[in-house]
Amino acid sequence: MISSLAFDVAHLFAGSLVLVSFMLLYQDRMTGLINTFALHALVVSFSVAWQAHIQEAPHLYITAAIALGIKAVVIPVVLHRMIVRLGIHRTIEPVVGIGLTMLAGIGLIALSIMVMLPLTAQAGTLAREDLAFALSVILLGLLMMISRRNAVSQVVGFMSIENGLILAATGAKGMPLVVEISVAFSILVALIVIGIFLFRIRERFETVDIHLLHEHRGEQP
Amino acid sequence: MSALFDSGELVLLALLAIPALGAALLAFVQDDRKGAWLNVLVSFITFGFALGLLLERPATGPFLIVDDLNTVFVIIGTLVAFTTSVFSASYIGYELESGHLTHAHLRFYHAMYQMLMFGMNLALLSNNIGLMWVAVELATLTTVVMVGIYRTPAALEAAWKYFLLGSVGIALALFGTILVYLAARAVVGEGLDAMAWNVLVANASGFDPAFLNLAFVFLLLGYGTKVGLVPLHAWLPDAHAEGPTPISAVLSGLLLNVALFAVLRFKSIMSANPGALAPGPLMVTLGLASVVFAAFMLYRRQDIKRLFAYSSIEHMGVITFAFGMGGTLANFAGLLHMALHSLTKSAIFFCVGHIAQAKGTQRMADIRGLTVTHPQLGWSLGLGVIAIAGLPPMGLFMTEFLIITSTFARAPLLAIALGLSLLVALGALLLRLNGLAFGEPDARNEPSKASFLPIGLHLALVLVAGIWLPPALVAWFQYVAALLS
Repeated sequence: MISSLAFDVAHLFAGSLVLVSFMLLYQDRMTGLINTFALHALVVSFSVAWQAHIQEAPHLYITAAIALGIKAVVIPVVLHRMIVRLGIHRTIEPVVGIGLTMLAGIGLIALSIMVMLPLTAQAGTLAREDLAFALSVILLGLLMMISRRNAVSQVVGFMSIENGLILAATGAKGMPLVVEISVAFSILVALIVIGIFLFRIRERFETVDIHLLHEHRGEQP
Repeated sequence: MSALFDSGELVLLALLAIPALGAALLAFVQDDRKGAWLNVLVSFITFGFALGLLLERPATGPFLIVDDLNTVFVIIGTLVAFTTSVFSASYIGYELESGHLTHAHLRFYHAMYQMLMFGMNLALLSNNIGLMWVAVELATLTTVVMVGIYRTPAALEAAWKYFLLGSVGIALALFGTILVYLAARAVVGEGLDAMAWNVLVANASGFDPAFLNLAFVFLLLGYGTKVGLVPLHAWLPDAHAEGPTPISAVLSGLLLNVALFAVLRFKSIMSANPGALAPGPLMVTLGLASVVFAAFMLYRRQDIKRLFAYSSIEHMGVITFAFGMGGTLANFAGLLHMALHSLTKSAIFFCVGHIAQAKGTQRMADIRGLTVTHPQLGWSLGLGVIAIAGLPPMGLFMTEFLIITSTFARAPLLAIALGLSLLVALGALLLRLNGLAFGEPDARNEPSKASFLPIGLHLALVLVAGIWLPPALVAWFQYVAALLS
């Protein structure tokens, strides 16, 4: 039984997540970017907690707690310390202009709504809009990964994709726990890997600007 | 044997537990030689248990399944993993002497090698599509860290690129997995059943086709990134070229197959639904694009490992094409092509690893006259290239011939396009082989302490397969091919 209020609140959170994804797109400072990502994770944890409440699925609270604890607190703190230590809290260089990126983002949201809504007509109203929102968040995250040169922004883009996936997974009622745990787990593992790489890159270049690495390539494909 | 497990379940458990325990053990082995040989031993025991799958089959559970399709993949996978570990033992010894790797790196490398085996076996044996996703992700992450292990700028860039593209691919695949669950939930009900592959296939005819279509597009793009299909292949040449050569062999020989296996699992769900989009044409398109693209790109390569990485893209394209065409004959040829490609490509990488060590370079312009300076390595490479180029009497000739002829009956234009691109690739490979193996030897020629057992074993198997296939094997592969179509 999904009451109208429960439904609206779920939509409010999912819609806000898309909005915060948009905010990620136009951040031009590293600190602002990381803070916005913390907000992104906060919204996702609220959304998951609300789903846990209305679906009466207590195991989802664990997912919400993981999102809140690790992605809204630990990772932003670590990233802040990292950028201070590396001295890169300067401006982010986008590959294409912010305005153009925003326009592309609007196009992607329109695309995901057009793709998902007709398809999911029978899937139950809750899953239906949630999936459209989740696909928007995923596509916006992809857009962010390709429109930024900086390694930290790409990592943030990747983590926002993971948030979109959590939104989709929790919106799918009764999905076995294995997936939620795996998503959270993979983020942890990913962070370890990323951490190793960022510091190894640091050893070599004193910077984490990925495009500088291209100069070291032996061969262009 | 305890009453809790029958022998089939014991084998299944061993295939997962032995690599996992091996990884934990290898992380603590201080002595390098002991570590390398323990790695070989663990891989060999795993291979032994994989053969046990042929004897008795455990009952299908909600998480794990053994069927004819994944038995083929597991046996090929563990065999190549075992021979690669033998090659790795001789390769790594040189890397330590030359100071490319430290002792700590080596322990990490061996532990990761077994972690990778665990991830691949789990992905192949999983019945739950969520578990399969987790396992593929695990296998990818272990290879990412191994590709970056040399810490050179190029290795770091390759690992980073692999990581980013792989993550995007895996994210798309998860979204597709969630969509499959949603499609199944309406029919099967909530819970584990809606993610169990055998339940999904049995009930697929009742699923909403529109949902499945969308899911398959995401899954094909997601897992297709890991297969290295054009245009999602950008990570593959870098990852092959910059990591340690045993990892190049494992990537080409095993990990690409595992990703393709995931695509095949979902393809059979799609095929079981009459209303859903036919998955074949999508796979044929991606496969053919990969073959054409890779065949022409082969001409421009300057780095020997990149050359064979592009050749892997080409062959994964051929296999995807064959499975996309479908039908018993094309599936049979695709399955056999996959097995023989794994064996041949890993044998080539074993040769290339020793050659790059002996010559101190991976640039093909600096490698000449191998048959004079290192006759065994030179001729093995020559034989390997002849096999991979699809010349008779090697096994890959037969499978490519089967794929083209079976396509000719149904889509002659596609068959012509495939045949021509294979010829283009053949030209590039023979051109390069001529430069590498013959001509005046160059200055630097260190003697090589190569281990020829893995190279010889692989090439002998490929040669035998080209001349005479045991009837039992043919019957088995035909049975699996019929299951797939």
